[in-house]
Amino acid sequence: MLRFAANCLLLTSGEYLGLIESVRCESLELYKLTAHHLNKMLVSREISAVEICQSVFSRIKKVEEKVKSYITLIEERAFKEAKAVDKKIKNGEEISPLAGIPIAIKDVICTKGVLTTCGSKILSNFIPQYNATVIERLLRENIVMIGKTNMDEFAMGSSTENSSFFPTKNPWDLGRVPGGSSGGSAAAIAADEAIISLGSDTGGSIRQPAALCGVVGLKPTYGLVSRYGLVAFASSLDQIGPITKDVTDCALLLNYIVGYDPCDSTSLNYQPPNYLEALKDEIKGIKIGMLKELIGEGIEEGVKVNFKKSLSLLERLGAIIEETTLPHSDYALSAYYIIAPAEASSNLARYDGVRYGFRTSQKVEDMVEMYMKTRGEGFGDEVKRRIMLGTYALSAGYYEAYYGQAQKVRTLIVEDFKKAFEKYDVLVSPTSPTVAFKIGEKYDNPLAMYMSDICTIPVNLAGLPAISVPCGLSHGLPVGLQIIGPAFGEEIILRVAYAFEQAFGFKEKPTL
Amino acid sequence: MAISKKEVEHVALLARLALSEEEKEKFTKQLSQVLDHAEKIKKLDTSNVFPTSHVIPLRNVFREDKAKPSFSEEKALSNAPEKENQAFKVPKIV
Repeated sequence: MLRFAANCLLLTSGEYLGLIESVRCESLELYKLTAHHLNKMLVSREISAVEICQSVFSRIKKVEEKVKSYITLIEERAFKEAKAVDKKIKNGEEISPLAGIPIAIKDVICTKGVLTTCGSKILSNFIPQYNATVIERLLRENIVMIGKTNMDEFAMGSSTENSSFFPTKNPWDLGRVPGGSSGGSAAAIAADEAIISLGSDTGGSIRQPAALCGVVGLKPTYGLVSRYGLVAFASSLDQIGPITKDVTDCALLLNYIVGYDPCDSTSLNYQPPNYLEALKDEIKGIKIGMLKELIGEGIEEGVKVNFKKSLSLLERLGAIIEETTLPHSDYALSAYYIIAPAEASSNLARYDGVRYGFRTSQKVEDMVEMYMKTRGEGFGDEVKRRIMLGTYALSAGYYEAYYGQAQKVRTLIVEDFKKAFEKYDVLVSPTSPTVAFKIGEKYDNPLAMYMSDICTIPVNLAGLPAISVPCGLSHGLPVGLQIIGPAFGEEIILRVAYAFEQAFGFKEKPTL
Repeated sequence: MAISKKEVEHVALLARLALSEEEKEKFTKQLSQVLDHAEKIKKLDTSNVFPTSHVIPLRNVFREDKAKPSFSEEKALSNAPEKENQAFKVPKIV
């Protein structure tokens, strides 16, 4: 408090006490701030990393019971890491922009020595012996990992209701879902229970929950971020990406997770730029294609209204907007729900109760019975459905009709995007056809749930980058604007998102 | 129904999933709905279209065949449901 006293000499004692109180409150509310803001305060020694940590954990203690973002919290370890950062600062060492920043990690990413469940009973006791590459990279920056967030089991779902443990609630309305599958990460950011977070996106699992929770989420180009240590769901579609409070934090976090990794044979040898430099508050002359198929049938009126307002704003900022088409997008959902389950059925064969994870406690006669009972008890409904669907689509007699055909449809969608990007710098659509829906509303209707990803799925099939930014509220619930770029177009989508964010000024917060 | 209960039982065996009677009934109905929806893609003429299994044009990715440090037995077995004498323990196979 001493450092504030100097500024307070001219105040009366009453005013002085009031100021101290407000300063104290302010220091308690560090949890509300962004990483780039906190970094400035850390560097100028206004605050310490331990104070940030205290602030975030006291926030968690206050709201976590309502929101349920986390499966695991690692408070003791977090404070240890925060103290190490403070020591560095005290010693006059230069710190990374991410040093001392509390991050929440989706529980699908392996963290050495920290429970990693994938939201599944079958991994409910799994403690990885190694870190995912993204975790290694972030720890090198002295980031402070605070916990692992809830998710739909094996990232299969759009509501986080498929978690084997408990559903996460939407901070904007606790009776509604936060979206999914990275619902815990998005809810944690919206509820200020973490400063930044990581999610993973196979068909929309970063962008859709970001939209439903009123935060920013980016799915990178396929191959840009290493998948080593990301528990595989559909390997040709999965990507890890940031979920943050603003576009600047999104670019900042992206900077530290991208890059070639010899441990992931699908990671690309690509020299990434500094994404923060892409954040120019200027988009004059940028050509934007509005995807007409993604604002038609099935898109809620409130979403349409906000989307159209966003387009007008982009136009006022000098962007050129035209309607364009993805002729085969109507087939994307069907193709996805063949391809993703097919890959999943193969990836999830490893959960057999032998090397790690849950094993049935029932008496069994032989191996096959052990496998069947372990998997029957260990997996939840949605995972079973997708394994069955994938196994069926790959089985003799159906392979060509389903899987082969779906892969050809994928080619058509890739080509649709290529054509669109010959004419436009970025493409836009709503991120989700609806705002957050009620818990239980779609739980036992898989097809209705799958429709939640109708705007995001085509992007994964084509391996493209896309970002969701908040673009307003409909009946008090957030709506997201999706901005899609060509492969390696992270800079341009971040630039458009940043200009939009600055001009729009989405300041609303949920009350908890 | 795009898929019968008998087919569901067969696929469950292939996928090594023990299902209850109730699950079999439910999944027969739900999988049929999803497969009916997927019928849509069969109508597209794709006779001249090449399939995409991966979006990035990567060829076989090789690395040098060199031994690197790996997990100790203790670490590799640390998550095993059952172990014995530095090995994973399973029910009888034959």
